[in-house]
Amino acid sequence: MTWADRISPAVRAIPPSGIRRFFDIAAEMEDVISLGVGEPDFVTPWHIRESCIHGLNLGYTSYTSNAGLLELREEIVRTIQRDCDGLTYNPRNEVLVTVGVSEALDLAMRTVLTPGDEVLIPEPCYVSYQACTILAGGVPVPVVTTMENNFRVTVQQLEEKLTNRTKVLLLGYPNNPTGAIMPRQELLAIAEFAKRHDLIVISDEIYSSLTYEGTHTCFASLPDIKDRTILMNGFSKSFAMTGWRIGYALGNPDFIAAMTKIHQFTMLCAPITAQLAALEALQSGGSSVQKMVAEYNTRRRLMLKGLREMGLTCFEPQGAFYIFPSIKETGLTSLQFAEELLKAEKVALVPGDAFGASGEGFVRCSYASSLPKLSEALERINRFLKTGLPRLKK
Amino acid sequence: MKELLELLEKDYTQSPETLADLLNRPKEEIAKQIRQLETEKIIVKYHTIINWEKAGVDIVSAIITVRITPQREVGFDAIAERIYRFPEVRNLYLMSGSFDLLVMVEGQTMKEVANFVSTKLATIEGVISTTSHFVLKKYKEEGVIIEDREKDRRLVVTP
Repeated sequence: MTWADRISPAVRAIPPSGIRRFFDIAAEMEDVISLGVGEPDFVTPWHIRESCIHGLNLGYTSYTSNAGLLELREEIVRTIQRDCDGLTYNPRNEVLVTVGVSEALDLAMRTVLTPGDEVLIPEPCYVSYQACTILAGGVPVPVVTTMENNFRVTVQQLEEKLTNRTKVLLLGYPNNPTGAIMPRQELLAIAEFAKRHDLIVISDEIYSSLTYEGTHTCFASLPDIKDRTILMNGFSKSFAMTGWRIGYALGNPDFIAAMTKIHQFTMLCAPITAQLAALEALQSGGSSVQKMVAEYNTRRRLMLKGLREMGLTCFEPQGAFYIFPSIKETGLTSLQFAEELLKAEKVALVPGDAFGASGEGFVRCSYASSLPKLSEALERINRFLKTGLPRLKK
Repeated sequence: MKELLELLEKDYTQSPETLADLLNRPKEEIAKQIRQLETEKIIVKYHTIINWEKAGVDIVSAIITVRITPQREVGFDAIAERIYRFPEVRNLYLMSGSFDLLVMVEGQTMKEVANFVSTKLATIEGVISTTSHFVLKKYKEEGVIIEDREKDRRLVVTP
């Protein structure tokens, strides 16, 4: 009997993060250009940081109510109403401020799942979806999306995976790692599907403000779907606030009360400093978001053109800040490709299988880096494909 | 057009090819548009911000506030023109408030700048008074922080 044997089976059942393993290799090298970063390269806009400092000066260092500062909840509700087609929530019992969307996801899973319940998860997807499902006693059921279908999930694919234990559909669009989005028309069909089978929908829309083609449709704003949807969003991506750890969940009063119960005993409340900063972000952060989006969009075009010109098959991402080229033609696995590229040219990207088995054959490149760095990275990848790779194969 | 101008303002050394990629438009069209913007003087000039202090070159900058008497028909413009023609004058603005013109002057020494103010600027007809303020340190210029301590502190790989 070792200590490891005494770890809970549920925790042992979770495979170690594919990203973590790759990180350990990359972190030890110098002069690496990293396209492996899942966060903005912008620093939080100054007016947001400054308002946090001001709050500290005034002595805002205490707990807040479990659900978060009422003023912040009200501002979240206003923002959602403005951005999501008039969608309304009651700030007093339908909003919970969380420690990032990560916590919100964990709370939602623990709130709605009983052991054995199945969760439909379109893949490739964010690394936490499976793990949070398993930790809450659920069974993740991957629904594989394909590049041919723009990495969008279809009702037919979902129907195929449906069983009488299916309880939740977890959507994450705009998508990390593919950059896919779901247009309104296709979401409408999925909403009908969810209603038809009485499913709960958890919609992680953390990248909603980073949509480049068309506009983002908030799932909860579709007709007659709000009450069965737990909507999640946050500040990390739209306001470059990853390290602040602040997000929120919106849903019907029963779900939010239950989530708040777990939150109250495990987290108590989100940090007050981050809540103050978040409040400032919503009240006057609009113009900084627009600037960031414009900048990401130019980088997106550069990466797409660059990768395609090298001969890589590449889906045109329409949201988030990732591009997900196929590397199948190189004959390497995702991990091999990433490791060899890192060794040969010191460019770090993330093997696609970190985002689910269906990500094998792809790599995720983040374009949250400056233009000169991206250009340099493209040059290095190109050199790897033209000279490094043939040498490797000999 | 605004997107192109913003990219150029950030970095005018980017080639039309790169700009075309960034904007997803044909290279020829971008090159043509840049030429046109230059001709129309919408793009007035390409400017480089240099930290002269770091380069070891001594430059003295001063801000001079000037009160003047506007002249019939031409208002402030005639005096302004007489002032901005001097190469020592780097920036010139007409202001609201307790003075009329804000003049930013550069020279090699404090004496040179003082000399310019007393012999050239103050003696122009219509100038009522001048007040000189010498710049001690430049923190930010043209929207750029001169010595930025912020850097990329992100981990190499994150989900």
